[in-house]
Amino acid sequence: MSTRWFGERVQRAEDDRFLRGKGRFTDDIDEGALESVLVRSPYAHARIKSIDVSAARALPGVFAVYTARDLPFGGTDLPILIPHPNLTHGRTQRCLASERVRYMGEAVAFVVAENRAIAEDAAELVEVDYEPLPVVITPEAAERAEHLVHDDVPGNVAAELVQEKGDAAAALASAPRRKHLRFRYERGAANPMEARAVWARWSEHEKKLTVYDSTQSPTSIRGGLAVLFGLPESQVEVIAPDVGGGFGPKIMLFYPDELLVPYAAMQLGRPVKWTEDRQEHFTAVNQERGQVHEVDVGYDDDGRVIALVDDFIHDGGAYTPYGIILPIITAGQVPGPYKVPNYRVRFRDMYTNAIPTSPYRGAGRPHACFVMERTLDTIAADVGIDRAEVRRRNLIQPDEFPYEVGVGWQDGNMVIYDSGDYPKLLETALEKLGPRPAGENVGMGLGMYVEGTGVGPYEGAHVQVLVSGKVVAATGIPNQGQAHATVWAQVVADELGVDVTGVEVTSGDTRRFPWGVGTFASRGAVTAGNAMHVAARMVAEKAKKIAADHLEADPADLELAGGAVRVKGSPQRGMPLGAVAVLSNPVRYAFGGGTEAATQFTPKARPGPPLADGEEPGLEATGYFSPVGSAWASGCHAAWLRVDPKTYRLEILKYVVVHDCGKIINPMVVEGQIEGGVAQGIGGAFYERLAYDSDGQLRNASFMEFLMPYATEIPKIEIEHIETPSPLNPLGVKGVGEAGVIPVGAVIGSGIEDALGIPISEMPLSPLKLYELSTSASTSTSTR
Amino acid sequence: MKVNGFAHPAPSDPRRLLSDHLRHDLGLTGTHVGCEHGVCGCCTILLDGAPVRSCLMLAVQAEGHEVTTIEGLAPEGAPLHAVQQAFHECHGLQCGFCTPGFVMSVVGLLEQHPQPTDEQIDEGIAGNLCRCTGYASIRRAVKRAAVLSAPLTPDSSTPLTPDPSPLRGEGANPPT
Repeated sequence: MSTRWFGERVQRAEDDRFLRGKGRFTDDIDEGALESVLVRSPYAHARIKSIDVSAARALPGVFAVYTARDLPFGGTDLPILIPHPNLTHGRTQRCLASERVRYMGEAVAFVVAENRAIAEDAAELVEVDYEPLPVVITPEAAERAEHLVHDDVPGNVAAELVQEKGDAAAALASAPRRKHLRFRYERGAANPMEARAVWARWSEHEKKLTVYDSTQSPTSIRGGLAVLFGLPESQVEVIAPDVGGGFGPKIMLFYPDELLVPYAAMQLGRPVKWTEDRQEHFTAVNQERGQVHEVDVGYDDDGRVIALVDDFIHDGGAYTPYGIILPIITAGQVPGPYKVPNYRVRFRDMYTNAIPTSPYRGAGRPHACFVMERTLDTIAADVGIDRAEVRRRNLIQPDEFPYEVGVGWQDGNMVIYDSGDYPKLLETALEKLGPRPAGENVGMGLGMYVEGTGVGPYEGAHVQVLVSGKVVAATGIPNQGQAHATVWAQVVADELGVDVTGVEVTSGDTRRFPWGVGTFASRGAVTAGNAMHVAARMVAEKAKKIAADHLEADPADLELAGGAVRVKGSPQRGMPLGAVAVLSNPVRYAFGGGTEAATQFTPKARPGPPLADGEEPGLEATGYFSPVGSAWASGCHAAWLRVDPKTYRLEILKYVVVHDCGKIINPMVVEGQIEGGVAQGIGGAFYERLAYDSDGQLRNASFMEFLMPYATEIPKIEIEHIETPSPLNPLGVKGVGEAGVIPVGAVIGSGIEDALGIPISEMPLSPLKLYELSTSASTSTSTR
Repeated sequence: MKVNGFAHPAPSDPRRLLSDHLRHDLGLTGTHVGCEHGVCGCCTILLDGAPVRSCLMLAVQAEGHEVTTIEGLAPEGAPLHAVQQAFHECHGLQCGFCTPGFVMSVVGLLEQHPQPTDEQIDEGIAGNLCRCTGYASIRRAVKRAAVLSAPLTPDSSTPLTPDPSPLRGEGANPPT
């Protein structure tokens, strides 16, 4: 394979429209759409006694007000997206609640009006009589089960799963040293800068539904709408246009609006749009995190782990539409890059009266990493070795791949690490970090991670050379800033021997590519990237075959380079790709673009029918890539930080990332993913906290009080790439979307513990939390 | 009200926010709305040359003033403005949603500090939230924009003209 574009810092093809203000986000689409608003529950748990929409319906300018009873699908539970045999008590909400609400923000009614202002006025006229019920808001309260979120779910337990490698109990009992540790990680919120939005139009004439949706999975939305409305999939088009950040919550489906907006558009015969505002986003969009781990670890006098038993509860929220993927990921990733010969993990997925949880960048991995890394720091302190040394002694070695962890993975397979060099990550990070800076209250943070990326089932791509010689490519997965239009162009350009600027990529538009799954789980480069590679290679082979007839050469002697198919060693003998595209489609009627060369009275290159048996017209191909298992990325983060002992202000003096995402398509894009991930991790570790009160009210549902970091909070990040190619895909790539965020909580916790000498076992932290911990540590004589 | 150099009639609805007026009445959808309470900075525009948040103003308050939006920085078909070009070269944007607000803030920042220090850069962009980049590439873009906007000097060692080559992403080695 030519490596002309792969690996280069190619500037982004998508930038120009964003920089000129010509990006097209869902709310930018108008076309005379009616506007809509959802009426949401102000209570975290309540019985609905009555809903009166008469005043709202009577308001001039209101087109429709829907409650559950007005919908043909109003009595249907929304789907469990990822069923699992251990999800014995899976529950999902209905599009609109009619009897009971189980979280603040659950949708109750839907108003469509001439404009947004009228819709909001009408929403205020919807009268819902609620009878408040007791609220279960923390995972610990759910475990106590004094109140139930669902009357028919005993103990608030949606699922329980136990997995074991070796004999953890026996190994623990015979271990020379043991510790019991408790770790608590609170909920988090992704907060992409663009909140969610949906726009829909029904064409009665064509019997066709067109939906623009700020989703991470337009193909799944299309499938669901086709089933719901009884339409052939060919009559449903779903487009994720420019999407202003995803980070996970936009992979959730179906949010009520994703069904209601298309339904209303079909009912009313007018385009309908819905755009979430920021406060609504805080109370209506899935969140993540929220786990409490009880860990028993056994180890020897050298600090080598012998047994690890982790029993954790997971805050699933009020419903389980996403199944138990998050705790499965956590359970699979607790051992991280370390050898844990005996490992037992049990989790229980608990119902609480809060927004359902589904993946947010990291998706259960930051919790797993925090648990293991903090455990190793505790072991290091106990046996009296430094924190780097305890890691060194426990790391899986480069000659031990493939390495089987012994528990199950989120794709239904077992966790098997395919490749990596963990010791090199650690040593490189320590070297880059350098010596401890002078001064008081300085601490070192250290954290290592692995990440199973590129999960299946599959993605596909279509690549076509136009008669102009220009190349167009499309895949089903949408883009939320990951530079798909650039990196896929690099992959395709290499196979077709064209300039990278000559490849135009469309992603996330079912009109251009209807199959596939979505953008999540650091899987785009692995799945869609390799599908692009496969499809482009098929096009290249086809081009050689067609050109071979005309050049009277053996296809094996041909190469694609310089925008042409030519004979190796004699580049003057060749034909432009556009001319090959013309010949690929024998025509009766020349329609310009040089197509007269493919008409009936031109000299034939070969005897027989214009299209031989098995041949298809067009210089195009559709290719798929379906991985056998995850490609395991890895990394090590290290930091020097300082904490002010009076104000507990955090200052990150140096932050180093050494990571391995296999072969890198575009280092500039990868560095952007890492830098953004670390910043999000720092926000989640020290600034952002969802402040729920005991009534289940989110008390800080705005950017005024939910403190996302500005530039002033984020340090410079130093990055080094290490490449161990994945053997599981042709490009040798691993995903990198979530890498930056995973170990940040562990690094910040470790660094603060080192700086202040107070034990850190929870996330997130804040100046106030550190003050409380310091105060209680100094008044208490006992340690953990 | 003048928007990007063109006079526009007064907004008909006195309750209309300037951000909504620009987006939905004038079709200038490059100005984005990320929080509608003045924190995220996505809706930043220039009012008489100074950056302001258009979600915190009523459209009628802009009467008699000059408004510049992201669409007004570089006319269609013309090369990018220096700040836009710098964001491109330095990978200063990912999803592109916060980008117009950042670009307008940086135009205002460089007006005030043509050669900003690191502290001035952080301060100058500390009214804008970005959830994708972690700000590192935006800081680099501000520095690059300062270079691209600087008047030509004989001893300047940095190229002052934008490089159109797609291979000149941030940190790239010069072509050999």
